[in-house]
Amino acid sequence: MEVDVRDDLLYTKEHEWVSIADDGIATAGITDYAQTSLGDITYVELPMLEGEVEQFEQLASIESVKAASDVYAPLSGKIVEVNADLETDPDLLNKSCYELGWLAKIEISSDEEISKLMSADEYRSYLDNIE
Amino acid sequence: MLSVIGVTDISDLFKDIQPHHAPRSFDLPDGKSEFEVVEYLRGLAKKNAADLTLFVGGGYYDHYIPAVVPAMTSRGEFLTAYTPYQPECSQGTLQALYEYQSNICALTGMDASNASLYDGGTALYEAMMMAIRTTGRDRIVMDGGVSPIFRKMIRSYTDNLNIQFVEVEPSHGQSDRKRISRALDKNTAAMILQNPNFFGAIDDHSDIVQEAHEAGVLVIQSVYPIALGMLKPPGEIGVDIVTGEGQSLGLPLSFGGPYLGFMAVRKKLIRKMPGRIVGETVDTRGRRCFVNTLQAREQHIRREKATSNICTNVALCAVQATVYMSLLGRKGLQELAQLNLDKAEYMKGQLESVEGVEVKQGSPTFNEFTVALSVDAVEVISRMIDHGFAAGFPLSRYYPGMKNYMTIAVTEKRTKDEIDGYIHALKMVLAELKVSV
Repeated sequence: MEVDVRDDLLYTKEHEWVSIADDGIATAGITDYAQTSLGDITYVELPMLEGEVEQFEQLASIESVKAASDVYAPLSGKIVEVNADLETDPDLLNKSCYELGWLAKIEISSDEEISKLMSADEYRSYLDNIE
Repeated sequence: MLSVIGVTDISDLFKDIQPHHAPRSFDLPDGKSEFEVVEYLRGLAKKNAADLTLFVGGGYYDHYIPAVVPAMTSRGEFLTAYTPYQPECSQGTLQALYEYQSNICALTGMDASNASLYDGGTALYEAMMMAIRTTGRDRIVMDGGVSPIFRKMIRSYTDNLNIQFVEVEPSHGQSDRKRISRALDKNTAAMILQNPNFFGAIDDHSDIVQEAHEAGVLVIQSVYPIALGMLKPPGEIGVDIVTGEGQSLGLPLSFGGPYLGFMAVRKKLIRKMPGRIVGETVDTRGRRCFVNTLQAREQHIRREKATSNICTNVALCAVQATVYMSLLGRKGLQELAQLNLDKAEYMKGQLESVEGVEVKQGSPTFNEFTVALSVDAVEVISRMIDHGFAAGFPLSRYYPGMKNYMTIAVTEKRTKDEIDGYIHALKMVLAELKVSV
């Protein structure tokens, strides 16, 4: 099955995506590869508003019918918004992981960390090597 | 084998143990026959003061246990060495635990109960840790009316954790509103209360519950299940996490248990709750059945991030409580609670006529209350033993300033004759002590 990787996003090795708006607010979620591997997602534990997160440290956790997994923050910063729809409809992560299923918005604290993320092409070849 | 692991002598394996902690010798006595062992244990058992008439509470109560309760619980299907959970072969156990959870929810007015924890103290500790995980805060405000036994347990669990405790001394035996509300702040994870409190006082905590919620603080209340036969359920007071000691629900008093910790929460907190949860579902043919559910919280899946390292419950004790609650039913529990209250009130009335005894007034009580004596309560209690009574719980054991105080518990088992006999004996003991002073 073809895995959906969006050109306009940045990626982590743990299969999170992030898009950074001009105002320095980053929106983070999990990739199509991640949601397919997890299977039907039954619960999402969202980060606390106003909380600080560190790059590659825990951001959220997801329970699926197969497993419970942590989601890591692609960038450091302060949580300014969480996707509360996921509390009632966790399957948005399965249905629409890049749009309706976003997890949290982070006011990023440093631009330098962006270089540690993968471009869409880099993530595609990273996925090829996994499979 | 010693040389393979790189030591020369067996004592090298124990060299990390400080000499004063090490056993003086490993010379154990010779083995005994079964008969000798039974005789020895019987001798030890005789030292128990089993014939005293109990007026001691302090969180553990002398309630009557109908014969059907142990008869049902000791059936081979329930009485197993380890609780079986596989839904394919354990529907009976799972259904019994599901009934237990339903009963606890009905009793407390809460949305969800787990399948039990070890005892009232550990349940309270788990509730506190749950509040810390949920809120991301690390400060705990605890009412001094919470059982000192439970408070001690919590402190020993958390000695090496970074948790800030504020214990608020009760005022005239009741929760000190002003000081509690001053103590609540944006770093406070939970406010811990008990109803009735350790002195026996009943308190509708609704007002401070509301204040706590306004500060984003979760409210934990430890309760006495028999009292819930007549008190406002914690769910109605607005409590977020209810815990309690379930010994009074059909379990015999015994030193150290096994007892029963129960915990029930609001729905929004269910995934933060420790312990097992049994849920109702349907099998592949659509038939009603029961399974362990929400297991992703538990340590066999979540590892170090699990809600608790306790996956075990006290299933057999929970089943015993279920049989007890089912036997009494809603009406039976109400009648039982009324009987406890009536007998305690009768005793209070009788005590008021005894010189040197003051029944502490001020708040309503259930089946336990505090009295002030003219002399040291420990002295009175030890003399009352000669008259066949375990007369009360000396508060000086946990509250150094309360030398002359004790709590007295009166369950449905206490007869009018026993209460009158107690009053008679107490008058004699107090007269003796007055003379000896």
